[in-house]
Amino acid sequence: MLSFILRRLGTMALTMLCLTMVVFFLINLDPNLKKLAISQTEMHTSAEQLENWLVNHGYRQNFFSRYGQWLGIVPKQPVTDPATGKPARRFAFCNDPVEPTFSGVLQGDFGCSTKFKTTVASKLFPALSATGILMFWVLMVMVPISLLIGILAGMREGSRTDRTLSVASIASTATPEYVSGVIFTVIFASWLGLLNGSAASASRGITFYNFTLPVMTLAIYGIGYIARMTRASMVEVMTQQYIRTARLKGLSFGSVVVKHALRNALIAPFTVIMLQFPWLLTGVVIVEVMFRYQGFGYTLVEAAGNNDIDLLLGCSLVSVFIVLITQLISDVGYAFLNPRIRVQ
Amino acid sequence: MQLEYIGAFNVVLGVLARFWPVWIALVLVMGASFAYKKRLGLYGQLFDSSVGIVGVGICLFWLFTAIFASTISPFNPLAQIPIMKDALPGAVEPQSGLVYLFGGDKLARDVFSRMVYGSQIVLIIAPAATGFALMVGITLGLPAGYYGGRIDTVLSFLANLVLAFPVILLFYLLVTPGIMETPIPYAMAGLFFLFPIIFFSVLSWTRYKKRPDRLYILLGLTLIIGGWVYAGLVFDADPFRIIHIDPNQLNIFVAVVFASSPGVFRIVRGLTMDIKTRDYVAAAQTRGESPWYIMLWEILPNARGPLIVDACLRIGYTTILLGTLGYFGLGLAPESPDWGTAIKDASRLLRSFIHPALPPTIALMSFVLGLNLLADSLREQSMKD
Repeated sequence: MLSFILRRLGTMALTMLCLTMVVFFLINLDPNLKKLAISQTEMHTSAEQLENWLVNHGYRQNFFSRYGQWLGIVPKQPVTDPATGKPARRFAFCNDPVEPTFSGVLQGDFGCSTKFKTTVASKLFPALSATGILMFWVLMVMVPISLLIGILAGMREGSRTDRTLSVASIASTATPEYVSGVIFTVIFASWLGLLNGSAASASRGITFYNFTLPVMTLAIYGIGYIARMTRASMVEVMTQQYIRTARLKGLSFGSVVVKHALRNALIAPFTVIMLQFPWLLTGVVIVEVMFRYQGFGYTLVEAAGNNDIDLLLGCSLVSVFIVLITQLISDVGYAFLNPRIRVQ
Repeated sequence: MQLEYIGAFNVVLGVLARFWPVWIALVLVMGASFAYKKRLGLYGQLFDSSVGIVGVGICLFWLFTAIFASTISPFNPLAQIPIMKDALPGAVEPQSGLVYLFGGDKLARDVFSRMVYGSQIVLIIAPAATGFALMVGITLGLPAGYYGGRIDTVLSFLANLVLAFPVILLFYLLVTPGIMETPIPYAMAGLFFLFPIIFFSVLSWTRYKKRPDRLYILLGLTLIIGGWVYAGLVFDADPFRIIHIDPNQLNIFVAVVFASSPGVFRIVRGLTMDIKTRDYVAAAQTRGESPWYIMLWEILPNARGPLIVDACLRIGYTTILLGTLGYFGLGLAPESPDWGTAIKDASRLLRSFIHPALPPTIALMSFVLGLNLLADSLREQSMKD
């Protein structure tokens, strides 16, 4: 088991290395750098001045040395101030080292955000914790509801309950966040006036009034999918021999479902729930933009829209890490939960 | 000047009346399908369940809407008639006397016409992108599953690499105005669009290797048609100027194919690994058939059931992806009538006007729902066999 986890961690590190390099390459394409230079300098600068700005801020160094510096395996060189000729900080607003040091992601330095004029870490981590709160409530709503729907539907395959709930869950998988968000806002905020259509005030304090709509919107797309997986798994379990045996020895239907079927039926949904995280990431971006909640997704969109290279790299690193770690947890957890699977 | 309005009942009647070509086509196709459902194979079996009928009905409805868009919509989707700015549903346009059935948006365009034209964009890009993703996934998934070993390791690693990208990040990196100045989208298009040509060439080569008369015709056709489409799409150099694609649409297309082909790859690989242990594959191997013959003519036909179901779901998912792109204003032109862009524009003004937001959301939802119902009923039918 341990060697399996270690091997998976190795693959994960390799994947992350490849992915960050691809992201680094795509973000640092020439048109993107030019746009960054234009947004960071005064209006009406000549092409030559833009080029100078890029050289002065170290964007014109060799690709691999820049990637190495960002990663922290090549010492980060301070730039030379063109006026004095002395080494200077790359950006005045964050504490870049003035002498060459190893200072990259591996050392915990995520760089400088050009849009927010601060270090990436001081922007990214509060945003992540805000999104963490949102995710927590989404999971608290999504998991119990979807498991309940799935179990009720899968208990008696082909019954009227099953058909109704199945169509309802298909409908929910057909409703992406930007659709359900609009519909819920129209119903609950515009018509009924019960809830707030904006979660901007939620960063100061979460209330039922301002937080329900984002949580509902984010949960609804996942509910259908998890419920369908639970239903499929439940249907399969209910056809097993041991369920028939339990019924034949005279146990009531309810107790067969709760005591015998449920535990085995919940193994597959565990994997599905873990693998929902990457999908939730996209949903988080949509929902946070739609309801103006200052979290991770909002930061990602701001970073991408403003060519904020270091911040976008930080965001990609976090999201790729989340995807890979949930994959790992789902594999390991599956092996733990299901005694029939033994990892060599 | 005061606008005249017609009542809610008349709006409903008006909408139903505008869709007249769709109703006629629907009645004809559904009636014919009902009458001949015994002879139509898998498609005919769909009409045995109510879920299947509803699914087929919704999909056909949007298909015909896209085909007859110019007849159905009363106004040009891009035309702005200033007096109709933010008009409520049922407002009568004074000059032509036609009705803004679903009202006007903030740029005074007809919401109904935009919804109808939006279906065209979705119904062209989503199935086509899914088709290309299927080609890429099948051509790479078959050898990965059949040979295993090093090919499998390398291809699976690459597929997992793409799958580890959150879709939204992928789009923010791949669908930007900046990237169109670089050769990256064209290189990717050049790579992806090769796969259908390779696929069909190998398909005819393995089948008719011993019969040159058929082989040369098929290969020639594949190469001529494939090369023509390829030149038109990738280099925009179609000698007859029929096939043409906007650079930003090409960019979207490539990004969507890139995002969904690893999923197809994984499914095809899994199916191949399962099917290659069957007896008929062993029989073909004993006969001395070539590996590619076995993959394309023995394994692939037997994997078609799950692949068709997946294709249906995937078209729906691609529709959602296109909506996401529109919602974030990536790739598509800002005045484009597609549903995602319309939802984005309307959702910013929900506090003052809600009517421009509802038609595109309901359209997108119903189309994806139709595809999902179709996939569900296809799955049930193929399980019965």
